[in-house]
Amino acid sequence: MPTTVDGSIVGRGNADGARLFREWFAGLTAAAEAGRGSAYVFVMGSLAELLRTFDFPIVFPEINSLQTAVRRVAHEYLNQAEDHGYSPDICGYVKADVATQLRGGELPMGRIPKPSIAVHTNACNTYVKWAEIWERMYKVPVVTIDVPGTRAAGTQTWPGHPDFENDRQYVLAQLRELIPTLERVSGVPFDIDRLREAMGHANTMNVMWRRVLELNAARPSVFNALSDGTIYLGVANGFRGAPEGARYFTELVEEMEYKSAHGIGTLTDERYRLLFIGVPCYPIFRRFTEMFTELGGTFVGSTYLRFASGGANLGFTYDLDRPLESLAEGLLLGVRDAMDNMFFQTDILIRMLDDLAADGLVYHPIKSCRTVSTGLADSRRALLAARDVPSLFIESDMMDRRVVSEAQLKNRIDAFFEGLASRRAQAALHTG
Amino acid sequence: MTAPQIFPDWHGQPLDGVIAACRQLLEDDTYPTVRRWREAGGTVAGHFQVYFPEEIAHAAGMLPFKVRGGPVDPTQADSRFGSYLCSIVKTSLELVLSRRIELELFVTHPICDAARNLAAVWGRNFPYPCQILYLPQNANSAHAAAYLRGEYDRLRRTVEDVSGRRVTDDALRASLTVFNANRSLLRELYALKRETPWLAAADETYALMAVGGLIPREEHNALLAAALPQLRARTTRRHDRVRVVFEGGFCEQPPLDLLRAIARSCYVVDDDLLIGLRWILEDVPTDGDPLGNLAEAYLERSSYSPVQHDLRKPKEDMLLARIRGADAQAAIVTAAKMCEPGLEEQVTYTHALEEHGVPFFVSEFEENMTSFETLEIQLETFVENLLFD
Repeated sequence: MPTTVDGSIVGRGNADGARLFREWFAGLTAAAEAGRGSAYVFVMGSLAELLRTFDFPIVFPEINSLQTAVRRVAHEYLNQAEDHGYSPDICGYVKADVATQLRGGELPMGRIPKPSIAVHTNACNTYVKWAEIWERMYKVPVVTIDVPGTRAAGTQTWPGHPDFENDRQYVLAQLRELIPTLERVSGVPFDIDRLREAMGHANTMNVMWRRVLELNAARPSVFNALSDGTIYLGVANGFRGAPEGARYFTELVEEMEYKSAHGIGTLTDERYRLLFIGVPCYPIFRRFTEMFTELGGTFVGSTYLRFASGGANLGFTYDLDRPLESLAEGLLLGVRDAMDNMFFQTDILIRMLDDLAADGLVYHPIKSCRTVSTGLADSRRALLAARDVPSLFIESDMMDRRVVSEAQLKNRIDAFFEGLASRRAQAALHTG
Repeated sequence: MTAPQIFPDWHGQPLDGVIAACRQLLEDDTYPTVRRWREAGGTVAGHFQVYFPEEIAHAAGMLPFKVRGGPVDPTQADSRFGSYLCSIVKTSLELVLSRRIELELFVTHPICDAARNLAAVWGRNFPYPCQILYLPQNANSAHAAAYLRGEYDRLRRTVEDVSGRRVTDDALRASLTVFNANRSLLRELYALKRETPWLAAADETYALMAVGGLIPREEHNALLAAALPQLRARTTRRHDRVRVVFEGGFCEQPPLDLLRAIARSCYVVDDDLLIGLRWILEDVPTDGDPLGNLAEAYLERSSYSPVQHDLRKPKEDMLLARIRGADAQAAIVTAAKMCEPGLEEQVTYTHALEEHGVPFFVSEFEENMTSFETLEIQLETFVENLLFD
């Protein structure tokens, strides 16, 4: 730890992230009050870099929904959607958004405009069903950009392979079909130079995002992938393709490099480095993280920061000389990687364990999200067969506090740390 | 190689015996037909719900086996999954973990968030190829058919590797002919349901149709060809029952006893049960490029389900059309427990039916449910309200 810490750098990412979020929501509220339409998108394959060039305010309903949970009002939204007919057994994000729409876009952070168009990928099947709700509610165009993913573990194909080219041509054709729709809805003509500019900002963000994730290999780790990481992730999605996003991540890398160089971590005593697999427990977001940090555990990495960034972790850089073709390739690779982090994550986790020198894994399947949660128990079995590493498997939810039992979680987490401590003591005996 | 007869149980039986044999096969958790196929040296391509281009596996001499859960407790599979899941995902895996079914290839589809995980889960537990077939989710792209043709070609190569047999265009055309005949016979069965539902109860027609996923289509064609004239020749008296459409059986299947309970008070004149077997609505052309024809039929001459988004086929309009087309008086709108697409669509369906003044009965089911009394009483009350309103 340095004797003096540059306060203008350390903590800047969190503060600026919060400020950007407030500004973003102020902009959305102003758009809603002005009666403007917007583009509704999702985090995995948002195509924000393209949509920005048509001057759409961009709304991420997943982010809005999780904010209702973080601000502890999700149950009000969930109840309203369930009264409208939606089952307790479907995605909580969808239900919170349905209630948001029934409330005219009112959210704790502001008000969101109605959609003029919705553009979504198939990275999550619920995206498709969710967008159908807006299609019916607002009679607006809903465009699915179908991005084929990995067919089986370890069988990814790459540029030049006929199967990859079949996928790429399909994605490219869909992007070409999307553009006239965006022109029609927005009234703004397509400008390929504006697209290049936005893609340039996305390039900066992608490269920096990857670097931020790598920098957490530092010991002590420079950010908590669950708490701090979620702030960064919000900016990565909300400001993708925007100059503010590129600048934010450039400065975030500077902050993380400074912390790494000066041995500044997130905990005064980092005892256990953990990986988080799944979606955060937003109804008790801060407390959930504290249950680990109080015992010296910090999350050095997560699959969430990879899949929910739409694969930005790859650090893919677009070729600005052939923007549309490269956008298709980047979308295909990014969304595919996001899906791999949810479905085929065994090898990915093994690499993360090594790269980030992690001591254990925390699996957190949730009721609301089958995409992420369905295979986690089996994935854990496979990983434990490949690696002798401690792991914790705890279930709750990302939205619904009715299925979050803090006391049970605490018991399990405490027991997990006892196991970590015991394991470390045993190892010390053997090496001593 | 001559394909072995693996379902001779119905041969020489009167109609009731044929139906009983089909029911027995559907409820037999030892899957004798698949076992016989394998004992005769055959290979099996398991494909999860909803639609799979079975012709491609068939053309390689494989048995396409429709993986759609089963009447088993998921004792081993439970430990591979999270808690909040539909039953079909768990029991499907249980069938293979328990070795009731053995496969050479498993294919799933991104029909829902749970099902798309299956290729990964399966692949971590079995050494044979387990993969996702990415059927297009943007059916409205002008490039979707070309993409799907390429995806089918990829599947063809996988099937060739697994079966050790080249899948030629001529073999595909021959398979298309077999499956066209099957689809035609199923259309006849459904026409009979619509026109003279008193001749075939819901559970009976279901049994006759559903065995198609467990036996070679040639055998299913022979079975249907034998059963259809006998159904038409029945002299069953027409009862004063409500004509209903059953919606919600596109993936997980309700138990036969549930259908039987419904049939006691309703004529089910149309449904979406195992819609994948009837996904393609017309004959697929057998001239030209067979894979291209199959891809084009999937997109352009097909039914609907909650797991396919197509701007040309809004699901609520399609359901209303199904109700009108079958001259139904009401709808039973069901969803399998924990089935996200089904439960989401249920909201849309019920709102649309309300708007159009179509009476509906809403319920949830599970493939392994065993008590139907409450549901039957509720349904009877619903029917009485309609009959005596």
